[in-house]
Amino acid sequence: MLATSRNFTAAAQAGLANDNLQRALGLARTGFPLRRRLAVERLPEFEALREAGRAIKDHTLQYLDFYIEFYESQVVASGGKVHWARTPAEACAAVLQICRSVGAKIVTKGKSMVAEEIGLNDFLEANGITPVETDLGEYIIQLRHEPPSHIIAPAIHLVKEQVAETFRAEHRSLDAGRPLIEPRQMCDEARAMLRPRFLAADVGITGANFLVAETGSSIVVTNEGNGDLTQVLPRVHIVVTSIEKVVPTFEDAATLLRLLARSATGQEFSTYTTISTGPRREADLDGPEEYHVVLLDNGRSGMIGTDFQDMLRCIRCSACMSHCPVYAAVGGHAYGWVYPGPMGAVLTPGLIGIEEAGHLPNASTFCGRCESVCPVKIPLPKMMRHWREREHAKKLSPTVYRKGLSVWAWVARRPALYHALAGTAARALGWAGQGHGRFRALPLAAGWTTVRDMPSPEGRSFHSLWAQYKKRGSAR
Amino acid sequence: MSETRERILGGIRNSLSRGHLEPRKEAELRARLTAPPRNLVPARATALDDRQRVELFVAMAGEVQATVTRVSSLTAVPEAVARHLAAENLPAELVMTLDRDLYAIPWDSWPLLRIRRGRAEAQDRVSFTPCHAAIAETGTLMLISGAQSPTTLNFLPETHIVLVRSDQVVATYEDGWDRLRAVQGTEGLPRTVNFITGPSRTADIEQRIELGAHGPRRLHIVLVEDELDGGK
Repeated sequence: MLATSRNFTAAAQAGLANDNLQRALGLARTGFPLRRRLAVERLPEFEALREAGRAIKDHTLQYLDFYIEFYESQVVASGGKVHWARTPAEACAAVLQICRSVGAKIVTKGKSMVAEEIGLNDFLEANGITPVETDLGEYIIQLRHEPPSHIIAPAIHLVKEQVAETFRAEHRSLDAGRPLIEPRQMCDEARAMLRPRFLAADVGITGANFLVAETGSSIVVTNEGNGDLTQVLPRVHIVVTSIEKVVPTFEDAATLLRLLARSATGQEFSTYTTISTGPRREADLDGPEEYHVVLLDNGRSGMIGTDFQDMLRCIRCSACMSHCPVYAAVGGHAYGWVYPGPMGAVLTPGLIGIEEAGHLPNASTFCGRCESVCPVKIPLPKMMRHWREREHAKKLSPTVYRKGLSVWAWVARRPALYHALAGTAARALGWAGQGHGRFRALPLAAGWTTVRDMPSPEGRSFHSLWAQYKKRGSAR
Repeated sequence: MSETRERILGGIRNSLSRGHLEPRKEAELRARLTAPPRNLVPARATALDDRQRVELFVAMAGEVQATVTRVSSLTAVPEAVARHLAAENLPAELVMTLDRDLYAIPWDSWPLLRIRRGRAEAQDRVSFTPCHAAIAETGTLMLISGAQSPTTLNFLPETHIVLVRSDQVVATYEDGWDRLRAVQGTEGLPRTVNFITGPSRTADIEQRIELGAHGPRRLHIVLVEDELDGGK
């Protein structure tokens, strides 16, 4: 997928001014976090499971070469084939070659972020093969020619009226006067439109949430059942996935599965967790005759042993973005590539370079909610800081930022001057903000105050309050 | 392709600042794969007796909009199925697996039920399958594919009815998997293992949960409780 992360600032501003987007995000802000909290509260072991999940992923990464080789040998033993790909181009080529080998015309797809990462749909279309997204959200955005804006709810940026409009424009074989008001009607319509596609597909492509080394299996988690119809009906099943998805055993996968659904949607367990091992067995009455795994690296192996290794623990639950105040304000498209939110702010520069994605690790308030809800305890804010340091060192940040930072550093090294300036500013703002408690506009800060209010200081700096507190303490 | 493989594996080892694993370490990791240890397992379902475990399964399945009919023996299954179909205004037609268990059910006792055995086709509206295990922890059904058990039955029809015997109700996913390892020890894994928790759903439009996205709109469980003392 072509990255537009460079344009984050402009895209974020456009997002803030987009009424439909703000309405859709308003619905999303409360939904996922509330449901996650209720699910977590119901499971006393949740914290301990996070620790266990982290340990499983760390262990696997430490011996990743061994586990991937073992995984591959088990895929082969069960009659499947592994295609290694270092780059998106190699992965696309591998998929195309498999599709061509069976003369495929229609390919159904379960939702796969790795497929987005390699730009698979555009590539297949350019080569005369029709990819059909089958996850409802992915289907909607495919019709709209938009990228996903969230890794588990790709159409979360849309309101139902926009979906209805898209269906009316694209489903032209249906009665124009049909009612299309409620999500229920739209779900039924998508179901009816997609069913013949499932049945007609020559190849089914899914992603994988986990790969199990022990058995050479891939695990796909969905709620709709689209991933299952995608892999059970066509003659060929291709799994498009990446190297860090490997876990050693079913037991390890089970631990991570207990974390995944609760963190993602607040469900106790997703509706469908499907474990696929090789092609159909000789006597089976259905299932794919061929089973292929396209295993992508795309820079991941290079993240091992660096400040960013912990990012490879990510199980793509989306809790970090669902809890992020920046994501909730600007939406996923502003991030300009496949992975939005905090996990995207860390992963994207690692995969496509800090030169393109430098804005993303800056798009953070450092409130720390992302790390506090991460099921595998990825220190996301810390890694965003690492990227900021690199960006600064490479002089990629705007000159005015770097100059401003130098001025601040110069003042901060002179405590007396710093206290005097900070104290004066706090008093002045506190005085000016009396009565309202917040500023709707501030000189030189329009970029900040157009879309939010600035809370006014209480009048005195922390330093002066601290000094007073200590004085009182010693007097007692 | 094999050159790409070597470069990726080499890149990983390079990042880990080492070469191939020492034989001793490798043997240790292989041992872990051969006899997988359990990680932390939540106590919710493990501390229960047989009866409580079944009750937890029924309660959890109900939470995810599966419906449950409890019967006392296999003999009562045809009537339970027929009544469910009538109540849901569905045709008295079933497509079912070729499992031995299902042949043991006296379908003749309800002659109005029309039965076909095999994989599901596009026009099939109701399927009937056994399960491998039922997992109390989250009200999840575990189904496996095989020569007698086509996977299409679990996904194509709008209504999926699953037969669960109370002695199939286990506490956790790991318990279900251990049962599979025990059965499949010699033949290896089946092509597909489905963990199914309630009917198909989506919340992709405005986060409103709607049932029946692509898979079954209804998931009905017929629970046979003859294995438990005093089962009703």
